Amino acid sequence: MQFNGKAHKFGNDVNTDYIISGKYKFKTLDMKELAKHVMEDLDPGFYGKVTAGDFIIGGTNFGCGSSREQAPLAIKYADVSAVLAKSFARIFYRNAINTGLPVVECDTGQIDQGDELTVNLAAGIIENKTKGATIPVKPLPAVMIKILNDGGLAAHFREYGGFNFD
Amino acid sequence: MGQTIIEKILSNHCGQSARANEIVVARVDYVMGQDGTAPLAISAFHEMNGKDVFDPSRVAFVIDHSAPSPNEGVSALHKLMREFTREKGFRIYDIGEGVCHQLIPESGEVGPGSLVIGADSHTCTYGALNAFSTGVGSTDLAGGLISGRMWFKVPETIRFVCNGTLRPGVFSKDLILYLIGDVTADGATYMSAEYTGEAISALSQEARFTIANMAIEMGAKAGLMEADETTFDWLSRFTKRQFIPVTADRDAVYADVREYDVSKLEPQVAKPHQVDNVAPVSEVAGKPIQQAVLGTCTNGRLEDLRIAAGILAGRKIHREVRLIVAPASRRVFLDAMAEGVIQTLVESGAAVVTTGCGPCVGTHNGVPSDGETVISTANRNFKGRMGNSKAEIFLASPATVAASAITGEITDPRKFIK
Ligand code: SF4
Repeated sequence: MQFNGKAHKFGNDVNTDYIISGKYKFKTLDMKELAKHVMEDLDPGFYGKVTAGDFIIGGTNFGCGSSREQAPLAIKYADVSAVLAKSFARIFYRNAINTGLPVVECDTGQIDQGDELTVNLAAGIIENKTKGATIPVKPLPAVMIKILNDGGLAAHFREYGGFNFD
Repeated sequence: MGQTIIEKILSNHCGQSARANEIVVARVDYVMGQDGTAPLAISAFHEMNGKDVFDPSRVAFVIDHSAPSPNEGVSALHKLMREFTREKGFRIYDIGEGVCHQLIPESGEVGPGSLVIGADSHTCTYGALNAFSTGVGSTDLAGGLISGRMWFKVPETIRFVCNGTLRPGVFSKDLILYLIGDVTADGATYMSAEYTGEAISALSQEARFTIANMAIEMGAKAGLMEADETTFDWLSRFTKRQFIPVTADRDAVYADVREYDVSKLEPQVAKPHQVDNVAPVSEVAGKPIQQAVLGTCTNGRLEDLRIAAGILAGRKIHREVRLIVAPASRRVFLDAMAEGVIQTLVESGAAVVTTGCGPCVGTHNGVPSDGETVISTANRNFKGRMGNSKAEIFLASPATVAASAITGEITDPRKFIK
């Protein structure tokens, strides 16, 4: 899995209410519709600024707050290819993997707004083309790699009828 | 080498000795979803080719977040939930029954040693009953519904030892706000918190729920306490079921042990827009407020309503303040009515809304206007949390909220407590 795109940078503690506000998420199961409001409390009009393949860059504790799976889904349906952050809140991290949104722990201090990045998940390498630098990636736990490779948890269940990590 | 509470509970549910940082697939005792997460879980359930839920007696959905429905979009999702529970034969708590995190403990299905997943981040609340309960998303919920199992990374544990005695006017809410301010919003990420010490033992069961409820606000996966007489007395009101308490071994290994003396603690508030942006009430006293909220899964229990009523009795709220009260459950509501607590609150000028989440998550029931300031007993004050990103939310204890509703500005409740 390799992705190319621009960096959209946010700060620390980007919570799930900022990713997708409760006032929208309760209304619909239409994720494409929800995606139009992604990040709007932090960056109004964000949805319109994303080109397919771009990245959301966070600091520490990205995705803290509620368990709403609409958060990773809204990001995914906004055509963001992956979220890169120094650290993630645990429920968001699980939800992202379960729904097939790649989340990458790395030193995002080396990425600025608008930087052109290539992210190669299999090789575990991020190339910052704007800065001419490579950034190492913290590998995912084996269980999560398995779920991602299976295409998310729903596909994993379809395949095995339950959890199967042996 | 000894084990922490969470290592023991996970060991008991996965058939092997679980140690921090291992990954285990464990049996779950109870599975819960609410109206913000269950609809998406139903989609995932079908996507997973799910047929039945693993055990209808160990599963429940709760309609509490937008209850009753404020618009047709939500109505459709509620209907979907009702139909699904009817088809699969498990319990749904419909509008007016209460907040999920009050209803599940009141159901008597969960107690010491239980393992619970809920598709709501504050599922950690039941840790106050010595259960490992944690929040998951909708796809995990669907996986749990189908299989009765869940995978976990066994967390490391931070032990919070709280010594001393809380002074009058200072409550468990003030203590947990202080602890979150101290360890920060991600200070316990991926970890379990164990709360112990004489200050915890001295708390009522209701006050303990407030502390466990907010473990997630420090990033924790769970917030656990040991079970004692207080726990079992509380449980005996709801169930005859026997639970076996789980204690930490003396030589359990902790990532960190933090000791506190709570005796000098002042009432605390979390300032906008982060739960760990905590200050003593004296620092923000005098800040005008327009709305006060008493309720939520953090502080909507009988004891909380009583504390607020004690302060509001014989007084009126400030004419420029709206006080919104949402009892945590129908039982709480009925008990509070029987005691005259609701009468007192309403006489003081409070508006009582349907039991449930109330205005906590910004879908209905009291969305603030631009530039307004809210003081709330809830657990989150993120920008936009209550439905308006141009409003400010302060978090505090029921006493501080009641005192502030009277004066129209953030107020130290000790002014009203003899
Ligand atoms: S009361 Fe608030 S925090 Fe608690 S479950 Fe409801 S929305 Fe979530």
